Amino acid sequence: MKKLTRLAVTLLLVSASYRLDAQVTSDRILRAADEPQNWLTYSGGYSSQRYSLLKQIDTSNAKNLELKWMMQNQVFGPWESSPLVVDGIMYLTQRPNDVIALDAKTGRMFWLYRYTNSGRQQVCCGAQNRGVAVLGDTLFMGTLDAHLVAIDAKNGKPLWNVLVADDKLAYSITLAPLIVKNKVIVGVGGADYGIRGFVAAFDPKNGHELWRFYTIPGKGEPGSDSWSGEAWEHGGGSIWVTGSYDPALNLTYWGVGNPGPDWNPDQRPGDNLYTDSVVALDADTGKLKWHYQFTPNDGYDYDSVQVPVLADLMWKGTLTKAMLWGNRNGNFYVLDRENGKFLLGAPFVKVTWMSGFDEGGRPIQTPQPVGMPTYPGVQGGTNWYSPSYSPRTGLFYVSAWENYGSVYRKEAVQYEPGRRFNGGAGQTAKPTPDAPVMPGPAAVRSPINTWTDTVGHGAVIAIDPKTGHSKWKFQMYDVTDSGILTTAGDVLFSGGREGYFQVLDARTGALLWKTYLGGPIMSAPVTYSIDGKQYVIVNSGNVMVTFALRDQN
Amino acid sequence: MRFRSLLGAAVVFTLAAHLAAQNAPQSQQAQSDHFVIETGARLYAGQCSACHGANGDQINGVDLRAGKFLTVKTDEDLAGVLASGRPAAGMPSFATLNSDEARAIIAYIRSAFDATTEGVTIGNAGRGAAVFEGKGGCTSCHRVNGRGAYTATDLTEIGTNRTPGSLLRALAQPAQALLPGNRTVRAVTRDGRTIRGRRLNEDSFTIQVIDEQSRLVSLVKSDLRTFELVPTSSMPSYETTLTADERADLIAYLLSLKGR
Repeated sequence: MKKLTRLAVTLLLVSASYRLDAQVTSDRILRAADEPQNWLTYSGGYSSQRYSLLKQIDTSNAKNLELKWMMQNQVFGPWESSPLVVDGIMYLTQRPNDVIALDAKTGRMFWLYRYTNSGRQQVCCGAQNRGVAVLGDTLFMGTLDAHLVAIDAKNGKPLWNVLVADDKLAYSITLAPLIVKNKVIVGVGGADYGIRGFVAAFDPKNGHELWRFYTIPGKGEPGSDSWSGEAWEHGGGSIWVTGSYDPALNLTYWGVGNPGPDWNPDQRPGDNLYTDSVVALDADTGKLKWHYQFTPNDGYDYDSVQVPVLADLMWKGTLTKAMLWGNRNGNFYVLDRENGKFLLGAPFVKVTWMSGFDEGGRPIQTPQPVGMPTYPGVQGGTNWYSPSYSPRTGLFYVSAWENYGSVYRKEAVQYEPGRRFNGGAGQTAKPTPDAPVMPGPAAVRSPINTWTDTVGHGAVIAIDPKTGHSKWKFQMYDVTDSGILTTAGDVLFSGGREGYFQVLDARTGALLWKTYLGGPIMSAPVTYSIDGKQYVIVNSGNVMVTFALRDQN
Repeated sequence: MRFRSLLGAAVVFTLAAHLAAQNAPQSQQAQSDHFVIETGARLYAGQCSACHGANGDQINGVDLRAGKFLTVKTDEDLAGVLASGRPAAGMPSFATLNSDEARAIIAYIRSAFDATTEGVTIGNAGRGAAVFEGKGGCTSCHRVNGRGAYTATDLTEIGTNRTPGSLLRALAQPAQALLPGNRTVRAVTRDGRTIRGRRLNEDSFTIQVIDEQSRLVSLVKSDLRTFELVPTSSMPSYETTLTADERADLIAYLLSLKGR
């Protein structure tokens, strides 16, 4: 009997260690919720709720969080990357295209892979990379010079490297790829340089392209009548934040960025599909199943690249496969993700560019007089910051910029390959008539808050998807670019420009614990567990900081 | 596009610096009255902005508002360019403008596109320094190049980020011209201490000020009984206490302050 027990223990240990070495199959990613100790995709799973079933840290003990380890970034600049955690190993990226594997328990590094860009790469908004994807023993990273690179997860050596698009035309990749079945899916950035955006799927074995969906339809294709003349050729429509996937519908959802030129809609009459839209694509073929456009003929740079959050809700008595969306244009949306039907739209911040929706869910646009501010401003009511949805609270959480407007100016602009293609500008509305033009909250400022909350402030807003109304709000003094994480412990983790890492009660918004990390939090927290201990990480400034509950004893 | 670039903000500030440099030596042209500048603004919008942009910075190497030109130095040079154009660079001749119209456009450019400028006169910086330290009593609150008090903002670099018009308004109506970041804070702590000071920094939970005794004080908001931003400015208006000439000299001096 004793022997048998020993055998059983040994078997258990063997299976446990096998588990440790197990490859990340697409099946595991599909069932990411079954292994909450890991974080297997950019948003923590295909429904992109950035919600974890871990509940060791809860509303009663969050005040007992303490620092476990930190990792100092070797490069300078805002750190927007969200790591993956696979069986105790963390894979993260730092600027511009470095990949790091480290022990998620101690922070000690196993290897560092440094990708060298062509030198021609151009990005509007900093040398960002938001993370890697994993399949099998391989990591996948998009690069600033628009390559897709496969890296051996064991030693950090490149396996293959393919060109996705031409960096001379300012195509780039800043998002974390998404693995769907046996495909690596990426999208391209560069809408501020007059690219024609697309999403494409690649073979994880060799990088061969399997399908491509252009976010701007070509001449004669469905949707092309939403463009006039040749404007579509440089119509923009970047994809720079990772999409979602519904395995039952076999649809992958991607948010599409701004049209080009950004601020001069007069230069591109029409709705400009599929810019500022969500597109639902067949995961096997890349064929468009449906789309919904949030901001037709956008003149405000309201990219709709936000993470599509998938949730099943009781909608008017019927269990509905819904999609929840906090859009840069200031509205919260509920769509039916089977067919793209508009179910609800409601502003979560001050909105003046539109006054409401028609029956089909199309916004009724109300352009403001020239020289007058439009709300939300250039940075939007929210932006690419990861939202969260907790099935336990039934609330959708978004990082918002409240009472923030911009004065927009449009201008004719000629397309030149690889050059900016903006067609005007948007300037933060000045709080004092005589003030020097405000640098605005857009730029990453010094630690001194010089513009104060006079031109807008940040908040975490909890929205009830059934009504579109806010349930509670946690207001900050400065703005926030932080993503949001919620867990089954009913806690919400977030940060902001000020550098506070905050734990809120997901049901009430009450502040449970905070700590000052000293640098802007510009990415989304992630949680995982090792040896029964739950960790939560967040990037602040150039430092990744890891917290867990204080050890007993 | 995700953010307006940091560069954009930097450009705005350097632009103001150029502007100050351009304005200092101006003579009568700078005294063009409000109406002329307004007229120039309308003409500019109709005739020039399509190429030069609303901010005057859309042509490579040229920033009209900042006074940055390829060859132009004087107003006569500007009038010459308007009359004959720059055929090589694709700029047509604007000889159809009459001389008043041309003068209005030039006045608008020279006003740094500030149509609200009410004919700011820029005097003599040397005399202005004397007003600053003497009759104006500015050093009792402000500090320049290490001299003066800490109570109000340090003006060592003020010439790099203010237009003449905004300086004039700051002298006449300080409360309206005050930047939000510099507002006076009045706080009462739980133990009854009152702290008045100029805001240096603030976040959701704390605020940093320099108090009236020039002490750096950091306050935790949750420890305060009351906390308010004083809507007025502690700076007096110089509308009546200085003459127009003295204000002009003072503005010239402030515009000359470009840091160390």
